[in-house]
Amino acid sequence: MTLRADIPDETFTGILAKAFRNTAFVTGFVITLLILAMAILSYVWTPYDVTRLVIADKTQGPSLAHWFGTDHFGRDILAMIMVGARNSIAVALVAVGIGMGVGVPLGAFAAARGGLVDEALMRVNDLVFAFPALLSAIMITAIFGPGAVNAIIAIGIFNIPVFARVARAGALAIWPREFILAARAAGKSSTQISVEHVLPNIATLLLVQGTIQFALGILAEAGLSYLGLGAQPPMPSWGRMLFDAQTRMVVAPWMAIFPGMAIVVTVLGLNLLGDGIADILDPKSRRQR
Amino acid sequence: MTVYLLKRLAIALATLVLASIVVFAVLEILPGDPARLMLGMNASADQVELLRNQMGLNAPLLLRYLHWAGGLASLDFGRSYTYSVPVIDLVRERLAVSLPLALIALALSTLIAIPVGLYSASRRGRVGDTVAMGAAQLGVAVPNFWFALMLIYVFAVWLRLVPAGGFPGWGPGAWPALKSLLLPAVALALPQAAILARVTRSALIEVLNEDYIRTARAKGLPYRAVLWRHALRNAMIPVLTILGLQFAFLLAGTIIIENVFYLPGLGRLVFQAITQRDLIVVESVVMLLVAAVIAVNLLVDLSYAVVDPRLRSRP
Repeated sequence: MTLRADIPDETFTGILAKAFRNTAFVTGFVITLLILAMAILSYVWTPYDVTRLVIADKTQGPSLAHWFGTDHFGRDILAMIMVGARNSIAVALVAVGIGMGVGVPLGAFAAARGGLVDEALMRVNDLVFAFPALLSAIMITAIFGPGAVNAIIAIGIFNIPVFARVARAGALAIWPREFILAARAAGKSSTQISVEHVLPNIATLLLVQGTIQFALGILAEAGLSYLGLGAQPPMPSWGRMLFDAQTRMVVAPWMAIFPGMAIVVTVLGLNLLGDGIADILDPKSRRQR
Repeated sequence: MTVYLLKRLAIALATLVLASIVVFAVLEILPGDPARLMLGMNASADQVELLRNQMGLNAPLLLRYLHWAGGLASLDFGRSYTYSVPVIDLVRERLAVSLPLALIALALSTLIAIPVGLYSASRRGRVGDTVAMGAAQLGVAVPNFWFALMLIYVFAVWLRLVPAGGFPGWGPGAWPALKSLLLPAVALALPQAAILARVTRSALIEVLNEDYIRTARAKGLPYRAVLWRHALRNAMIPVLTILGLQFAFLLAGTIIIENVFYLPGLGRLVFQAITQRDLIVVESVVMLLVAAVIAVNLLVDLSYAVVDPRLRSRP
């Protein structure tokens, strides 16, 4: 059995009721769901084909036929934003997965072992933090070539120390607790204790950090693809769309406005969701950045 | 205190050395031969080999690292392959753009964030707080380069108040230069200010619940005095921590922002150097930025002691 110390005797329905009264959570949840739905919908339906160039329709303003206007190749901006959402979500989500998958075990291990192992792991963490993340991401994508996969790796690497730090801090708070002592007395190894008792108790922290890193990942991916280092054309990406828009700001400002708003809404939704979850499950927790 | 200082200093130095090894190692595996790049595709293998020898590229790995690291320590970064000038000259020239940009952005962000945080914390839960924090929530979500594009559209294309990009240099006087740094600085500062305002608010709210705040109020101090003298000072540690972290974000942010505004700064230099495989420039600028981040974090650590006298008495 898993002991959950931090959640007082609250029923699932109780938490759910609390969630629905939390404005941040509801807003964030709805936005995130809509963005996800939009990305999934783009696999089966988009208003126009994003790979077909219709030069006759180039740089048209928003209209009934093209809600968000068209770009310099006559492609529909709305359709491109829908397809671009896939790329943003995929890159950011897998990058969070990498960060959690490597960072959490490292952090939990450091907390369980303590002493020299802990100190060494944290110093390596400090080392990674000393590199401005975006600069290193640019270097990584430049070394291995631009593209979505390398963008994932570049962003994912910098999620590792973040999750390691959060997992370690959370685990350190759990280790002195009595139920851990009980588990030890029962003869469980520190790995078993970490997995069975520590992890479930820091899951909330990790979930909240996960949504924050997801949002940061979307921003980072947009930055990389703006610089031409993310997903390559013809695959639409929000950052790349902004790059294309920059030189055409005077004639077609909508080319810049709508993709940017897509990024803002997505990141806002995820941040609200993270805030909401933190509020509901642990009113005392504070966001860490 | 002295032990604390020495320990922090030692850690900072060790991090710096490790970082230099990482940078050196990473750039060793970069594909592309700089000698071949300099001479062009038509050069013969002999010519390339000769240049490789001249550039010291054939020396053993450890020797090359020590030579490079020694050069860094004495600010002798070597010569750029593509610009054929000493890297230190390039850096100095570009720093004249990037450093003022980062400093103006940092100042702007602090000047916006601290008052907003104070305001929000002192009117917690009321309309003003909700509006300010809503704006901050939005600010966190805005990518700085998109915000930059919007600023260009409004202030440069539409109102024609400031140039849309480029940098006239400091030669024609400070005003034209500052004018062209204004939009980039605002674009860099706003998202940072949003984060900082949120941190300031939550740190202040925590402090405002403390007993000594009630005591200060009880002895008749006006609310304003309590807020500025007692609360803000005690809330400084988390605020300083975030400020230190933001410095790294700012430096990285300049890479994108300088590209948006065509500013000849360090960020643009390193981005171009990466695409042109100008390894010496990349190595030097990256190390410089990393050293700056480490130095700022050390400074933040030290400033804790200034802000919090309790830390001073600690062994």
